[in-house]
Amino acid sequence: MQKSLHIDPGKCTGCLQCESACSLVNEGMVNPSKSRIKVFTFHDEGRFVPYTCTQCDEAWCMQACPVDAIVLNPVNGSKDVLSDVCVGCKVCTIACPFGTINYNTSTGKVVKCDLCGGDPECVEACPTQAITYVDANATGLDKMRAWAAKTDNAAGA
Amino acid sequence: MSWTRKILRVNLTNGTVVEEALNMDWANEYLGQRGLGTRYLVDEIDPQCDALGPDNKLIMTTGPLTGTIASTGGRYSVVCKSPLTGTVACSNSGGFFGAELKFAGWDMIIFEGKAATPMYLNIEDDVAKLMPADDLWGQSCWATDHALRQKHQDPQVRIACVGRSAEEGNLYAAVVNDLHRAAGRSGVGTVMASKNLKAVVCRGTLGLGGIDDPKRFMQTVKDGKKVLAENAVTGQGLPTYGTQVLMNVINEVGALPTRNMTQTQFEGANDVGGEAMHLPRKSDGKANLTTNGACYSCTIACGRISTIDRTHFSVKDKPEYWINSGGLEYEAAWALGPDTGVDDIDALTYANFLCNEDGMDPISFGSTVAAAMELFETGVITTEHTGGMALKFGSAEALCWAAEVTAKGEGFGADLGLGSKRLCEKYGKPELSMTVKGQEFPAYDPRGIQGMGLAYATSNRGACHLRGYTVASEILGIPEKTDPLESAGKPGLVKAFQDATAAVDSAGLCVFTTFAWTMDDIAPQVDAACEGDWSTERMMEVGERIWNLEKDFNQKAGITGADDTLPARLLTEGANSGPAKGRTSELSQMLPEYYQLRGYSADGSMTDETRQKWSLPS
Repeated sequence: MQKSLHIDPGKCTGCLQCESACSLVNEGMVNPSKSRIKVFTFHDEGRFVPYTCTQCDEAWCMQACPVDAIVLNPVNGSKDVLSDVCVGCKVCTIACPFGTINYNTSTGKVVKCDLCGGDPECVEACPTQAITYVDANATGLDKMRAWAAKTDNAAGA
Repeated sequence: MSWTRKILRVNLTNGTVVEEALNMDWANEYLGQRGLGTRYLVDEIDPQCDALGPDNKLIMTTGPLTGTIASTGGRYSVVCKSPLTGTVACSNSGGFFGAELKFAGWDMIIFEGKAATPMYLNIEDDVAKLMPADDLWGQSCWATDHALRQKHQDPQVRIACVGRSAEEGNLYAAVVNDLHRAAGRSGVGTVMASKNLKAVVCRGTLGLGGIDDPKRFMQTVKDGKKVLAENAVTGQGLPTYGTQVLMNVINEVGALPTRNMTQTQFEGANDVGGEAMHLPRKSDGKANLTTNGACYSCTIACGRISTIDRTHFSVKDKPEYWINSGGLEYEAAWALGPDTGVDDIDALTYANFLCNEDGMDPISFGSTVAAAMELFETGVITTEHTGGMALKFGSAEALCWAAEVTAKGEGFGADLGLGSKRLCEKYGKPELSMTVKGQEFPAYDPRGIQGMGLAYATSNRGACHLRGYTVASEILGIPEKTDPLESAGKPGLVKAFQDATAAVDSAGLCVFTTFAWTMDDIAPQVDAACEGDWSTERMMEVGERIWNLEKDFNQKAGITGADDTLPARLLTEGANSGPAKGRTSELSQMLPEYYQLRGYSADGSMTDETRQKWSLPS
């Protein structure tokens, strides 16, 4: 079963545990500036929104790459950067409509979320379940359940 | 290592910024943050110096766990000599600034001297420069934050700055970071402004590596997070109600100081507490509380994000305040509410916003307003002094007005900026000041929580709840329940809390973790992150060493055992209602045993033996 990252901004407290965990596993140090998942704080609105790659099926980054450095991981559906192939041309960063693939100045390569190979550290780190890893075919399950709960079927009881 | 082992020394007089190696001998003795910053301060300033003169220094200091993934590992402290108390000042703040400093590669910044004109420090990783801040002087913290973001065109910078209150010499001005977190107490912002230093802008992209044993560290972090999540206080109470969960609890036990501590219970507590922040208001059906927010790396997330009712008199013509920002925490809500007798939650939230906007400690501000209200009610202060405002207990209008004029240091606001002690002295009624060593009380009446009386009297930075929070034991039963009305046994309890807190602060963690964590949860995280062996016992030793270092500084600054006291009101006037009715603080029964446990002489002086025991600098 393929899984997707599922983000519920309403549960996010803006603690950045996800950014720390992401950078720790991918960069070997706690460094939110190099995290593949970012939490945006909209101060005046009192909102925190985590954001990262959605692993598009027809991934624009993958299609734009001139050296085929971005490949589909057939197991978990992620689009992974082959860093030894990447030439750092940054065309993918222009192609991505969501800004979730970015250039890393210290390596000269691009980086993006690869779902940690199927066991995302951000999910493990998140203290409020704002980020979960769920069945990719039913990412709407929580919302469906919430609406289902509101269905009035007790009228005749 | 977790320490970056680098500190920045900024000489504002000469305009120089130089890198130094962290003194690792001191790090091994004092761990970091509060302890290590104080060790540098003790080494570098004359304890008798003018707190607002160029000889005082201002130290921004992080702990070894600041900027790690340990829960709450994001804290930093501002250390200097306090202009409010004359003692050591060490004010601790969360938010994101402290961690950013570590990501830029710095454990600590030492500011010395005084700039000829307003400056700010800009840090981009290992490059730090002093920049002119003439255009920022005279602006609030919020306006300064906005202007610096515009200037640097980098949404990811973290900013700590002072507001107009600090510039105007308000003696309890704070250093505000991330718009609504603050190194709040003891006037550390006043010291920063006295150096013509307006702000520190930081962007860190180097990250924090070098965890001593990464695998073990991650396991201890996970274990710690689990304990916090499963604990009723840190897992449920604090996220849902914030520290405001305490308002009704403390009122019930009759220890909610009310109307400048003339009473011990507030009839309006229900209207200004954590539950009230969840209630829909009539105007728009929204609650005061929008959501809870976390500081860096914190898995508790007690922070309140709130709005003010747009139809409320304080903001109905001021759309700039129709935003979400840092809402009421318990101590602020108490000082602005019960202590002034005001039960209007929107007025409290507005005053709290202004405290953040212009960098004022809401505890000291609210308590000073409360003292002014008592002076007004007794006819000592009149509308001639205030320029027409009737400073009556319970007046929401008076509270909001006071916040406006004090934030800018205008008119009577300059008097309110003196703090309760100097205000009451100025008007000839020093006995009405509810302070210890010149610092205003927080939100627990020592007549109803006996341990807190001793904690206040002996706190190294004047009256304070964060130097030994025996409320945890006496009211909440953490780690074990003791009788709040009983003074016996409290000296040992107070000492244990004081020492443990000093160690927790110095690690770079939040003291709120200790509602769930014991030192046995904390020491393994420090031990895995840092070189060397950091056992529970060593952490407690470090805590006690830090406590004595602070005490020794104060003694050299001229503070004596005679200053370890409480206002006469709390020692002679019985609580007027509630479970503690008729009781006074039994401070005199607790002090001798406390001094003995600390190894001080009977008059409360540090002894040579104790100094030697902890290898304190001479």
